[in-house]
Amino acid sequence: MKIAITPDQLIFTEGTRLFPSETSFGNFAKVITQTDFLAYFGNSLIVSLGTAGVTTLIAAGAGYAFSRFDFAGKRVLVGIMLVTQMFPLLMVIAPIYKMVAALGMLNSLTSLIVVYTAFNIPFATFLMQSFFDGIPRDLEEAAMIDGCTRFQALRRIIVPLTLPGLGATLGFVFTAAWSELLFALMLINSNDAMTFPVGLLTFVSKFSVDWGQMMAAGVLALVPSCLFFIFIQRYLVQGLTSGAVKG
Amino acid sequence: MARMELSSLAKRYGQVEVLREIDLTIEDGEFVVLVGPSGCGKSTLLRMIAGLEPISGGELRIDGRRVNETAPRDRDIAMVFQSYALYPHMDVARNMGFSLEIRGKPETERRPRVAAAASTLSLEPLLARLPKALSGGQRQRVAMGRAIVRQPRAFLFDEPLSNLDAALRVDMRLEIARLHKRLAATMIYVTHDQVEAMTLADRIVVLNGGDVQQVGSPLDLYDRPANRFVAQFIGSPTMNILPVTLDDRGLPRLANGAAVPLEGLAPEGVAGRIAEIGLRPEHLVPGAAEGALVSGTADLVEHLGSDTNVYVRTEDYGTLVLRVHGHHPVRSGDALHLHARPGAVHAFDRDGLALPRRSR
Amino acid sequence: MSASARRVPGETRARPNFIWRHLIEPYLYISPALVLIALVMVVPLVIGLSYAFQSVVLLRPSAGGWVGLANFAQLWGDARFWRALGNTFWWTFGTLVFQFAFGLGLALLLNTQFAGKRLVQALVFLPWAVPTFLTALTWSWLFNPVIGPLPHWLAALGILSEPFNILGDPALAMWGPITANVWFGIPFFAITLLAALQSIPGELYEAAEIDGATPWQAFVKITLPFLAPMIAITVMLRTIWIANFADLIFVMTGGGPANSTQILSSYIFTTAFRKLDFGYASALAIALLGLLLAYAVVLLALRRRFVRI
Repeated sequence: MKIAITPDQLIFTEGTRLFPSETSFGNFAKVITQTDFLAYFGNSLIVSLGTAGVTTLIAAGAGYAFSRFDFAGKRVLVGIMLVTQMFPLLMVIAPIYKMVAALGMLNSLTSLIVVYTAFNIPFATFLMQSFFDGIPRDLEEAAMIDGCTRFQALRRIIVPLTLPGLGATLGFVFTAAWSELLFALMLINSNDAMTFPVGLLTFVSKFSVDWGQMMAAGVLALVPSCLFFIFIQRYLVQGLTSGAVKG
Repeated sequence: MARMELSSLAKRYGQVEVLREIDLTIEDGEFVVLVGPSGCGKSTLLRMIAGLEPISGGELRIDGRRVNETAPRDRDIAMVFQSYALYPHMDVARNMGFSLEIRGKPETERRPRVAAAASTLSLEPLLARLPKALSGGQRQRVAMGRAIVRQPRAFLFDEPLSNLDAALRVDMRLEIARLHKRLAATMIYVTHDQVEAMTLADRIVVLNGGDVQQVGSPLDLYDRPANRFVAQFIGSPTMNILPVTLDDRGLPRLANGAAVPLEGLAPEGVAGRIAEIGLRPEHLVPGAAEGALVSGTADLVEHLGSDTNVYVRTEDYGTLVLRVHGHHPVRSGDALHLHARPGAVHAFDRDGLALPRRSR
Repeated sequence: MSASARRVPGETRARPNFIWRHLIEPYLYISPALVLIALVMVVPLVIGLSYAFQSVVLLRPSAGGWVGLANFAQLWGDARFWRALGNTFWWTFGTLVFQFAFGLGLALLLNTQFAGKRLVQALVFLPWAVPTFLTALTWSWLFNPVIGPLPHWLAALGILSEPFNILGDPALAMWGPITANVWFGIPFFAITLLAALQSIPGELYEAAEIDGATPWQAFVKITLPFLAPMIAITVMLRTIWIANFADLIFVMTGGGPANSTQILSSYIFTTAFRKLDFGYASALAIALLGLLLAYAVVLLALRRRFVRI
């Protein structure tokens, strides 16, 4: 099984080396110059960064409230968020398609960002909550006694301390949005607005599969999520597990 | 500085009453210790004074002004937390100067005040360190330094020493006492450790189950506990309690028939009410079998050096404790006959209320 | 002096303060999340439920309106549905067993100290960083009989008589996506179980050793009971997640050949995406939801019964 978990990089480079006529470098050049993958890459980057940014912001707010306030309806809300983690997302794919179509927002990256954001909020909220829970309340109280308003305490004490958590959430949501395929397939069909996964899949079915180019494109797709992965790995373990225990 | 008046102060969580009708006035410059077992509401009371916990009923006034709804930042008080609550991302100097920074005081004003506080607490070499690079005792000093820098009207301490080891705890206790002497500021200190309470306080407030049991100076509480709870809470080892019965003349007698020596008690209070007597371990002395209040066998003998605690198994009262001097020859298994020191007997009625003692 | 005599107007805001802290302020922070979830998940969910009782086929705009249980009647008689249902079980539990076994093994391994541990740890977690569509494409390449290495290796080992296309053989095709999914899902189990392992106090093992327990006894008596709550919750979440996870199948086989790899969720997607029959897709989705709910209820009941901590 170890072999199956060996890095993809190895598989990819081996894959491209199976074509003696071309170097892997040539495939990269081809992919970038002769296909629309650069545009797909850009679209995916916009969608993923947008989703990650908006989701993290919203989830940080919700996670903070769940962590620091005791309020009417809290248990119900936590329950709703948990349930959204369990029901089949495919269940809403048809209604969402019709809603987005009715708004005339098909083929728009904005609609993808909105949909992805909503899907990622529950988990991101639990993640952020667990990071906030890790910051002792005493610190905020000390700050308030030291003369801070609640908002000042948030900005000067809590936010700096939760930066790793914000980073981890950002990375996690980015990766999720970067990989999403089915909803993008449904909501996007114009070539201009395609995200990377959709583009890649269309590329596969449209042409007889050029494995070399496809894998070169694949390596490109791997780059951002790997970068994020390296960045967040440490925090993710801690955040995920504390979230999981609570769930 | 600050005079604090708590009138009928109450705290409820839903139907649960955590604190009932607390009435207390803390004079300017006074060192008041709130003490009690865990769950007695002492920390909640402190947090209400700080403004961290909403007040459910009654009124809190600082220097005559009602502050029930005043935000913590506007009460001009400093607090030292049990966990120290140092800001992990700021160095010591910034931690100490944070309150001034928030109030918009310029660097030129902050720096000398931080430096002064740091020198008081010997923190100068640590000013550039982050909290994680400090030992427990150092963190504790920084937390105190942060409070001093502000020159607040009052200081609140929430079990500040409970995370330190025994030796450091004694050091810091002295430090806090010195600080109070020097600053002459109002200080309110929460602890469950009666030694801290006795050594630091001008006045001690004993809390139990959300009620004030007694307020008084350390020696008041030791000499004249208001009830059995205070009597047993203050003093270590704890006071021995012995039920008594009244003979046909209405005089209290112990199980072996010995008469209770009543000379320390005000005679008018005793008649007909006495149900139990209390004897502190240091007020019991071993002696002759004749006239002994109670007899038993020494079970365990703890040598503390200066003193020796002897646990005596008795037939009628279970295990009693007495304290004798450090080199007393008593051994485990010895038969002991216990007498009370003259005037040392405490007495309680059926409800545990103390019967009045003769004034000295 | 009575308390009220000292009150200054505007100073007594005990009630408003309470309402602010317990009702208004928290909802200020939560409302964006709530609005989005309501709009993108709850409302569509309700609409989706209603679709199940309507005829909503985009290719036939004329067809419309309420049809009662017709969609469910169709489902009852749909051989593809029953096939997909069976495949869903196969896919879910086949994947789960291997993911769990490998995940637990790796977690146990990573909980010990050995040279090169950091590297192994990074490798174990790596599949997480690989986007699903890439996983799918890579594995379809690996299984490709012409250029992929796996069929040749399997043939060389004598497992296959000749390097043919596994993904094209209805009897074997399901193993393709399952293998890919096992690889893809191991990190989840490895990470969560590793975290649970690390939370077991080391003194327990020392105490067990002093009491004379063998390593196997220590594993059964200490490790497993401590892991049980985490195992229960991860297995439940993972089952649901895997059953819903259609991407790998959609990309690798598209449900074929001859529907041999069609699971419910890929069938839902195909029905909605290819046939644009939203009514029937919603009926399928409700069937899947019902199954998952029943599963969750059973598992939670089991957990209550058997997990003590």
